[in-house]
Formats: sequence, structure tokens, C-alpha cells
Amino acid sequence: MPHDHHDHDHGALSPSGHPYRKDDDIVLSYWQMMEISVRELLIEKGHITAAQVHNQINRMDARSPANGAKVVARAWSDPEFKSALLTDAGQASRDMGFDIGPMHLIAVENTILVHNIVVCTLCSCYPRNLLGLPPDWYKSRAYRSRTVIEPRKVLSEFGVEIAQDVQVRVHDSTADMRYIVLPAQPKETMGLSEHELALWVTRDSMIGVGLPQEPK
Amino acid sequence: MKVRVQNHWPPGHIRTPAYMRGKIGEIEREIGLFNNPEQNAYRLPPQQRRLVRVRFTMAEIWGDAAETPDDVIEAEIYAHWLEPA
Repeated sequence: MPHDHHDHDHGALSPSGHPYRKDDDIVLSYWQMMEISVRELLIEKGHITAAQVHNQINRMDARSPANGAKVVARAWSDPEFKSALLTDAGQASRDMGFDIGPMHLIAVENTILVHNIVVCTLCSCYPRNLLGLPPDWYKSRAYRSRTVIEPRKVLSEFGVEIAQDVQVRVHDSTADMRYIVLPAQPKETMGLSEHELALWVTRDSMIGVGLPQEPK
Repeated sequence: MKVRVQNHWPPGHIRTPAYMRGKIGEIEREIGLFNNPEQNAYRLPPQQRRLVRVRFTMAEIWGDAAETPDDVIEAEIYAHWLEPA
């Protein structure tokens, strides 16, 4: 029986072979305490309800890279939409029916001459309203600092080698705009339906650290 | 149009990355008017500032240490940080 022994704290592994995760019964940080206090006060004073807070969190969690993938697939199959996307990506996404709030979005296109990659060196700006929450590495100090210094090396660590005759364009999201990379359409996907195309579009390909991939 | 990012180091909430200050780039596009975050961050009545995207070469930013000199970095800079170059 997995729980017959009584020494869980001494490096024992779970039945599935993973180490037990420590309980998070640690002291709250100053800002965690601040968030809880302000939230509870707002609820107590009747400004918002706990359900509203929870619903908003669910809305944020529900956004996923699949939304961005649909935008890219539309751009691949509809030249008019692609041109609208490159002119004003925020409006083009809204016109497709995505509720992206007041986000200002710029789409940058990968071609045979240019490879784009997105970073936010100052914090972790990311087109959350279209792609959902950013991956943890996007917020890491290593990604944020190295991408502007040695983007080709960072890309190679993601498994993407950029030829020397292709220009790498790093987009540092310093202010009010958010960025999505429009990857180049793979030759193998020519003629596929918009729905099939969207399955090729990975989250990483829209950040610029990956390329579209054949769905498994 | 060529512009130089001012080499200023004021305290506060600054959206101009340190590694770009004093560097020369080319305006890539005008984006429009936005609230100045240096005031906005402190709940001061914000002034509207022109925001532009500036393109820098890796050679300009990192000098001889550039990974590939002709690669570029683009960023949004508020116009009050820019001067003609």
C-alpha cells in the first residue's frame, strides 16, 4: 500500500514515481497579503462579488493559443484578411469575432528574408487577450535579456536555426503595443482548409521561437 | 528618419530600455498618441505622447559584440525620448 509508510518527508516518491510536492503553508509575501486584503475589502463593501472575480479568472484561463492559430490560418488562406491583419492586427482580430479588449496588436510577417521574434525586456508584455497566458520561460530573466543580445543562439536552443542570409528581427514590447508573429506558411499545407491550417500553428510559432508543425 | 534615443537616466517608471539609450535608429512607423506612462504610473494626469517604433541594428546596439551585425531590434519609444540624429 502506497501510504503504509510514515516517512513522506525523507525523499520518498509518490506511487507514480514523482517526489512529493511540499505543502505551500509558507508565510504570505507583502504583495500577496495586499491582494487578498484589497480583494476582500472590495467584496465586503459590495463593489464586486467573489463570483465576478472568479469568472474573470476563468475568462483569462479560457483564452488559448488556439485563438491566435485561427487568426494565422485565416491570414494564410485569405490574402485580403492577411493585408488587413498586417495593417491593424487588433481590428482584424476583432473583426474575426475575438474579444481582445482594448489591446493594440501588431502582426509581423515571417518571409524568406525575415524571421521575427517577440520579447518584453522590461516586464512580460504578451498578447494575452489573443494567446492566453504566457509560458513561464517567456517571463524568465534569461529569455528577456538574452533574446535582444543573442537571438540566434536563443532560437537554436528552441531548435530553430536561422540561415545567415535571413534577417532576425527582435521586437521588444516596450510600451503599448503587443505582437504576434505571422509565421510563413509551410509548403506542405498549401490547399488545406482554414480549420486544418490552424492545427499547424503552434503557440511558439506566434512568439517567433518556433515554426508551424504538422499536427500529431 | 534617423533618431537618437536620449541618454537620460531619470528615476521612475520609464519604458525606454537602458540598452537603447544614446543609440541611433530609424523610425519604422508612427503608432499614434498614448498616455505618457511616466505620469500614468503615478496616477498623475497623463499627457499624450507620440509613440513610434524605432529600428536599431544589432551593430548599433552592441557594437563589436553583436551576434549578427545586420540583425535588428525594434521597440516602441515615446517621442519625447527622441532627438534628430
